[in-house]
Amino acid sequence: MKDGRPGVMRADAAVVGAGPAGIAAATELAEAGRRVVLLDESETPGGQIWRHRAGAIPAAAQPWIRRLRRSGAMLVGGATAVDLREAHGGDRLEVVAERGIVPTLVQADALLLAGGARERFLPFPGWTLPGVIGVGGAQALLKGGLQVSGKRAVIAGSGPLLLPVAASLARAGARVQLVAEQASRASVMRFARGLWRTPGTLVQAARYRAEFRRAPYVMDTWITAARGDGRVQEVTVTDGTTERVIACDLLCAAYGLVPNMRLARLMECETSLAGVVVDDRQRTSHARIWAAGETTGIGGVEKSLVEGRIAAAAMLGRAPDRSLLRRRAAAIAMAALMDRAFALRDELRHLATPETIVCRCEDVRLGALRPEWSTRQAKLYTRLGMGACQGRVCGAALTFLRDWPIDATRVPSSPALLSTLLAEPGKPDGVRR
Amino acid sequence: MTTGSHADAIVIGAGIVGAACARELARAGMRVSVLDASFAGGGTTAAGMGHLVAMDDSPVQLSLTAESVRLWRELRPALDAAVEYDACGTIWVAENAEQMEVVAAKAQTYRAQGVACEVLTPARLAALEPHLCHGLSGGLLVTGDAVIYPPRAALALLDDARAHGTTVHERCDVLEILPNGVRTADAVLGAKVVVNAAGALGAALTPELPIIPRKGHLAITDRAPSFCRHQLVELGYLTSAHDMAGESVAFNVQPRTTGQVLIGSSRELAGWEPGVNRRVLRRMLERAVRFMPALARLVVVRTWTGFRPATPDKLPLIGRWDPVAGLWIAAGHEGLGITTSLGTARLLADLVLGREPLIDPVPFTPTRVLANGAMRSRGAVA
Amino acid sequence: MTQPMNDEHVTIVVDDRECVVRAGTTVAAALLELDVRAFRRSVSGEARAPLCGMGICYECRVEIDGVAGRRACLVMVEAGQLLRTASRDGA
Repeated sequence: MKDGRPGVMRADAAVVGAGPAGIAAATELAEAGRRVVLLDESETPGGQIWRHRAGAIPAAAQPWIRRLRRSGAMLVGGATAVDLREAHGGDRLEVVAERGIVPTLVQADALLLAGGARERFLPFPGWTLPGVIGVGGAQALLKGGLQVSGKRAVIAGSGPLLLPVAASLARAGARVQLVAEQASRASVMRFARGLWRTPGTLVQAARYRAEFRRAPYVMDTWITAARGDGRVQEVTVTDGTTERVIACDLLCAAYGLVPNMRLARLMECETSLAGVVVDDRQRTSHARIWAAGETTGIGGVEKSLVEGRIAAAAMLGRAPDRSLLRRRAAAIAMAALMDRAFALRDELRHLATPETIVCRCEDVRLGALRPEWSTRQAKLYTRLGMGACQGRVCGAALTFLRDWPIDATRVPSSPALLSTLLAEPGKPDGVRR
Repeated sequence: MTTGSHADAIVIGAGIVGAACARELARAGMRVSVLDASFAGGGTTAAGMGHLVAMDDSPVQLSLTAESVRLWRELRPALDAAVEYDACGTIWVAENAEQMEVVAAKAQTYRAQGVACEVLTPARLAALEPHLCHGLSGGLLVTGDAVIYPPRAALALLDDARAHGTTVHERCDVLEILPNGVRTADAVLGAKVVVNAAGALGAALTPELPIIPRKGHLAITDRAPSFCRHQLVELGYLTSAHDMAGESVAFNVQPRTTGQVLIGSSRELAGWEPGVNRRVLRRMLERAVRFMPALARLVVVRTWTGFRPATPDKLPLIGRWDPVAGLWIAAGHEGLGITTSLGTARLLADLVLGREPLIDPVPFTPTRVLANGAMRSRGAVA
Repeated sequence: MTQPMNDEHVTIVVDDRECVVRAGTTVAAALLELDVRAFRRSVSGEARAPLCGMGICYECRVEIDGVAGRRACLVMVEAGQLLRTASRDGA
């Protein structure tokens, strides 16, 4: 769409999110002969876990991406969905997406939401310093070409994701100083023992660990502060008893994943804190909308692939393969185990001081929130959560720290040019610029 | 069920009008208790633009708004930075020669009321606001108008009331107004003076009040500092505000101290449906872009709706409500609640305390609705 | 600073300075490699740089080819791109 011509597309199915769930669903829908439009914010498909640089598709993704490209599904990259609405008298759904400054409208009979998950960032002193990034964020930036050779890196957070990320950083030449898992040793060991049925996962974990073997991997440990002049230069870690200061150039700190649900909520689909609520065929509470993958609940790539395929079958009016249902159940069970094993400890709720910024978009410090205010009140009085990220970062944090009011999601579901909001099929470029 | 009588005055509603009333009564030495079903400034106050504006839809309205804007100016030094008082002024924008005649008449009217203003030629208008479209006929600059951030303004007024001994009970629903008192879920509270300042919900407690919700949409952009420097309103806004029926939009754009641009305005009768109506939003945004084409390139971060408490004669209800002992009304401010909160509070306190009233109180007399058939409370307004 | 242009590098303009960066990278990665500290300034003036790397946090916003507020982590570098960051005044 670089020539500036806006797009209006008609499809049988629109899929928002080209991670494993979206890719699997779009592929199978298109292979069944449906017109499919698959949208993603990135230029290339893959989502987070299958993110890749040109010519370096991860092995697990290759068969699917090959099939996708042959399936006839139309890939629309660099597209941020900003609105979702009924169209054509309720017969269709219309996705309004923005590609750079150009609107793209997709009208479809059915919609699959596969917008994935984001990381949960928890505020602590110094977390806004340049050089503090996420854990999945580190992976994403590395695949985007981030150079870390020679950089001292500390990785902190929770869950198995710490291992492949530390390994990727080491492979890319970073000097990993420490990998800090906040969960207790007992909890992590219990979880690891529970993986005896899938020894491959333990082997893989050991392989990752070997790649950063020179660095300690500690449990019961978390970051309490980052410091530096204009960028992160050192961090303090603690195990609740002893504090240590570690010099570093890069701090990767994030605590688990939360599902992205704004588009679902825009259409008033039922959601819970755990994800978009779907029936066993992946259909949401809206008759024309299905959801699959991390957006229905954090569960990893297997769950995403399987749910994408179940949704595709449902959208085709077919019964899904029974093995898919079994695999989904197993993935969900595993996710629940992981959730329990890596539950966030209470100390993480108390890292922020009154000076710590809790809303990065509006620079609201914790001390600006009067204790007697409800969170909804605090939002209104301080603009907490009313900035560009629309509460995605601070909302996930505050859900854990205290509470976060679930308010109606309104257009735009992501910040959008005013001209995009004026785009419509009869006037697809909205307003002449 | 407890019975209490610790207050001289109970104010129902901690929106900007209730907060202002509590402050005036508290400063006059009354023990005031404020009750709000949710939290201070959480209702219509939260949705509003925060435009402090002298508005001349009628001489009475001009009197109340002009006095109120003056009171805000006087209060300004006492307001903390979070209230974001910005003396940016208003420019009323004229599209054609006919509207410039309206501008000339408006200027005269304003000046007679002591409201400073300057008629703008097209060149001067363009110099002041370069992003306005070409072809406009000029405008009227009202320098004394300003912009504030309503939720913090309500909080500031309430904090001032607290400093004068007022108690505030949030998340406290008033179920019924009684003679010289109110009933909540847990108690019956008595007071010499009860003020219904419940805004758009005022009619739920005093059913004869012809206050209906008049829905409006707003959109706010990401930061675009210096995009516009004044609140910009088309003259057609007055027509939009004036017509009680149907759906209308008007160009109304505001610079916030954050650098964000707030875009309004729309009016429709849609009951209490809070959802953003795409069609109305589109009409509103299209109108805005017509006057300021460069708005199309700004990024919209949020949209929302609010319910203005509207009355059939477009004037608020301020004063005693005779049918119920001890009851006073301070409600029905439509789109001028933020501006006229201070004038309303001063006038109400004048009446309660028997002081010389700030302005002629007669047009605001709440019981006018009982005498005048056209003002009777109805489900829908013709 | 001139280097031989080949398939693996592109020239972009960052805050009015010509820079050579590797092709196939995101604007965010390229700017970080160029040691740009402040992609944007926060409301209270803090220097901000990428956090989430995946288009969620909006911390990496820079002006790309005249359009402000573009998330650098989502956009690939292209030859001749004009970038403006909050570091432009030596911040």
